[in-house]
This record gives sequence, C-alpha cells and structure tokens, in this order.
Amino acid sequence: MIDFLRRLFGQPGSSATAKDRLRLVLMTDHLELAPEMIEAMKRDLVDVISRHVEVDRERIEVNFERQDSALAMLANIPILSVNRPNGNGAHAAPEPPKETPEPMAAAAAEPPTEAKKPPVRKRRRKSSKKAAAAKGAAPAATPAPAGAS
Amino acid sequence: MSQIQSVPQEIEAAAAPAKALGRAIVLTSGKGGVGKTTTTANLGTALAQRGAKVVLVDADVGLRNLDIVLGLESRVKHHLLDVLEEQCSLDDALVAGKHTETLFLLAAAQSREKDDVETHKMKELVASLRERFDYVLIDCPAGIELGFRNAVAGADEAIVVCTPEVSAVRDVDRVVGLLGNRFRPQLVINRLRPALVRKGKMLSVDDVNGILRLPLLGVIADEPEIIVTTNRGEPLALQRNTPTGAAYHAIAARIAGDDVPAPMPASSKPSLFERVGEFLGGKRA
Repeated sequence: MIDFLRRLFGQPGSSATAKDRLRLVLMTDHLELAPEMIEAMKRDLVDVISRHVEVDRERIEVNFERQDSALAMLANIPILSVNRPNGNGAHAAPEPPKETPEPMAAAAAEPPTEAKKPPVRKRRRKSSKKAAAAKGAAPAATPAPAGAS
Repeated sequence: MSQIQSVPQEIEAAAAPAKALGRAIVLTSGKGGVGKTTTTANLGTALAQRGAKVVLVDADVGLRNLDIVLGLESRVKHHLLDVLEEQCSLDDALVAGKHTETLFLLAAAQSREKDDVETHKMKELVASLRERFDYVLIDCPAGIELGFRNAVAGADEAIVVCTPEVSAVRDVDRVVGLLGNRFRPQLVINRLRPALVRKGKMLSVDDVNGILRLPLLGVIADEPEIIVTTNRGEPLALQRNTPTGAAYHAIAARIAGDDVPAPMPASSKPSLFERVGEFLGGKRA
C-alpha cells in the first residue's frame, strides 16, 4: 500500500544518479589529467611493499577501473622474492613455498598474501571504494595542471 | 597603443581615471549555453547601477552576442579587433549603455575568428581598461582553446557560471583546474529550478558545490523573465524589484565586497501532492 502511494506521489529522483555519476567521472578525469600523480603513487606503493618483499619495479601495472558506483585502483605488482617472517637474509632465489608456484602475485589473487603480512594489503587501500568515493570531491579543483596562461 | 589611451571628454566624464586599478574579472564556464553572456550583462548592469564604472568586453570573437543581450546591437560601430589592431581608438569602439550611464560595452568582432586575437595585445588592452574602469568584465567564449586563453589572459579574477547539469559541472571542474589558483574562481549557479530540486530531479546547490567546492557568489533561478528581458535587450537587473533582478544585485554587492548573503531562489511552496509524497519518503532517493 505504502509502495503504491509512493509510486503515485513521486518516484525517486534522478539527481542522486547525476551526483554519483559526476563524482565518478570527475575522479577519472582528475586521474587522467594527473599522470605524474599516478607515477608518484606507484613509487610510494612500491616503496612500502618493498620493505617486506622484493618486487619487480619494471613490470608494475597500475590501472583504474570503474566498479559499479565506485572507482577502484588495481595494482599488479610482480613479487620476485619473499623474506622469511623472522629471517633477515634476502633470499634471491624464488624459494619460499607459498609464492613459488607463481611469483607474479597478481592483485586479483590476493588471499594467499593477505594472510601473511598486513602491510602487503596496502596495495588494496585505494580500492576501498567508500573512502575513495567520499573523498572524491575534495581534490576536485586541485590536481589538474594549470595549462591556461 | 597611444590611441588606446586617448580619452575624449564625454567618456572621461563617466570613466575618469581611477585612483586604483579596476578589477578584471573573466566570466567563464567551459560549456556553452549555461548563461555566461546573460550573467555578464546582468552583473555588469547591477555593478554599474551601484555607481561603479563598468566595461563589458565580449571576448567571443566570431559569435558576438553581448551587444544584443544588452540591446546595443545597433550602436556597435567598431569592435575588439579594431582596437587590438589599432584600426580605431578605444573610445571609438566603446558603446555606452542604454539605461546605465556608467556601463560600457566593447563588442566582439563578428566577422573574425578567435585565432585572430593576439594574447599579449588582449592583455595590454585589459590593462589599459583597468586604468579607466572599476570593473572590466570579460565574457569568455565556450571551450578551453585559444579563445578561452585570450579571454583569461588579462583577467585577475574569475567567475565560473554553472548550471545544475552533469555536463556543466564537469566542464566547470575542468576550467577551474585550468585556471589554477591565481584567479580565485567564484561560482554562480544559474538556471536552478527549485521545484525540480525539491523533487530530487535536479542537482541541488549543495550537490553542485559539494563537488566543485568554490566560494558561492549566488544562485539564479531559471525564470521566464530572463528570456523575456533578453528578448527585449533589457537585462533583468534593471528591475531590482523582481526576485531575479534582486539576486543579480546581491551578487554584484558580493563582488563589490559587501557582506550580504548569497542569493538563493525562493523555493516556491511544495504542493499538497508533493508534501504527501515527502511524508511518505518517496521523494529523495
């Protein structure tokens, strides 16, 4: 009954849709316009992860993808070797049992690494949609390069 | 250049050399059709009615429109490019406003192209206008190409005009990024329809500025009067007793630094149907 009345007296507005679409498109716009920011982010990301595992800096891929109503950052960071949790020797050879089958731990294949060390999850941070979406408006004015002069 | 500075008496009377330099404000939006020209005409009129000496510069070379919105189309003899190319003096090209003594127009060239304008000359022109007027309002063309860069070149402040539409907001966001911090852009939201906002069918002021986060000068409603007055070439700001005319004056006051609240369109009372709908919670999803 209430549903019927609601339908009679007005349907949900489209302005909410407009707002969500704008948020998302502006985030993508800002990223597109700030390649140097993405590079800096990549560097920082790798620096943090490198404290714990050895990664292949040459083959890192960072992409942004729209997922439903949010923007996600997907990083593919090939891991070359993993140090033993308490040993400090850097084992250059790809020997740790957990990672050897496929040294290229793709971002998508997260669960195995997740269990090991919390810091590795850093690379998921950015894909936390709600945080990204909520902050989306803040950098609105800032990152675009000042090309008008 | 020497021509630009020569000042015949009748205009000098209206626009005596100012002690301090005037302010050069560009009105821009990225997207076309959001009401830049109408806003320029109305804010210029309102500022001039406050007693300030105002010159409106139509930087939309090739698509001249500010003259017709102001009802001055039959008086334009020379234009911006004539002045920039020193084909005539600045005073030959300045057209005095119809209703407001301290308002002047420098029209765009209709038969020329935006690329014909040299950026440094535009800068020089605006600089010399600032010596003579309190306000130099520059009506920027749509787009972000050379026409935009020329319009912006001589300005030191910006007003961005945005309608509550996704495309306009996105374009304003882009333009603000291009402008950078130097212009301290301020926002005018144009063509708001309070009834639609109430029904959740149009982006609200908060929605728009939640995204843009700019200092808000004011909000202008989408009123039929604006179309009617534009048809006649008599900016609505001439009618201070109308809500929209008053809103333009409030924005002008804020530009001038008065401490008045940003004008908001009165939201016409919701109908009984709408109120029942709101009660049921079905309106704002």
